[in-house]
Amino acid sequence: MKIAYNCQRATLLIEKKNLSRISIKERFELKLHLAGCSVCKLFQQQSLLIDKMVKMQFLTGDENLPDLDENFKHKLSKRIESEINARR
Amino acid sequence: MPAVSETEVRVEIPESLDPKKWVDRYADFLFKYAFRRINDQNLAKDLVQETFLAGLKGLSGFNGRSSERTWLTAILKHKIIDFYRTKSSGLTNIRAVDDEMVVQNDFFVEANGHWKKEYAPKDIGSEQDLLQDKEFKMVLQECIKKLPALWASVFTMKHLDEEKTDEILTALRLSQANFWVIIHRTKLSLRACLQKNWL
Repeated sequence: MKIAYNCQRATLLIEKKNLSRISIKERFELKLHLAGCSVCKLFQQQSLLIDKMVKMQFLTGDENLPDLDENFKHKLSKRIESEINARR
Repeated sequence: MPAVSETEVRVEIPESLDPKKWVDRYADFLFKYAFRRINDQNLAKDLVQETFLAGLKGLSGFNGRSSERTWLTAILKHKIIDFYRTKSSGLTNIRAVDDEMVVQNDFFVEANGHWKKEYAPKDIGSEQDLLQDKEFKMVLQECIKKLPALWASVFTMKHLDEEKTDEILTALRLSQANFWVIIHRTKLSLRACLQKNWL
């Protein structure tokens, strides 16, 4: 099956290219496919957008995360202290 | 004097470590680190506790080359990978067929590899607008939560932690081919889910 007509393979190559590397031949095949396939081109843009958003949410977005409750922290402190004392 | 068993090895605490301050200094940070990756508050708490306790046991292994926080984060990271491994090994065998994401596996026409009409990407808006849109972010978060555990683990390790592929393969005991199938399917599913819930 030729890549020029195969969107399944093209989208796999898009992911591979994003995350690692593809061969020169694969790069050429993909370029050829994307030149003639606007749907996969759209997929490529949206795939990169998802990656970007995932990283952004990871780097910022702390406000949406729950806080660690004080009670738990207090207990944990006590536990650590007793572990340390038990060794002395 | 408290009773200490005779076999207990006396452990000196390296000067650069201050376990009594760990909770104040790092508990919130470590909790958030874990929560982002496993999406379960109670489990994240457990892992923070286990990390501190493992740290206490391993005090002598601290070589002072990294900061206290980096060292504790590395311990936590191992615990998270262990968790991924346990969780995903149960799932690879069973195949969660009732999972929405797995059912919509077949995005392409088998005979020619073309997009099936219902899954073909459509314009969902300009990148600039979407990046700023809080609701769109929430849709993405919901879509990530729907991923099967193994896929989510692979995706998080690769995209958030930027782990080397080889390390992910070893940690999750995956083949190279499986890894790319998962990466590919995860992205196809996430994108389809975004489109379905956004347009």
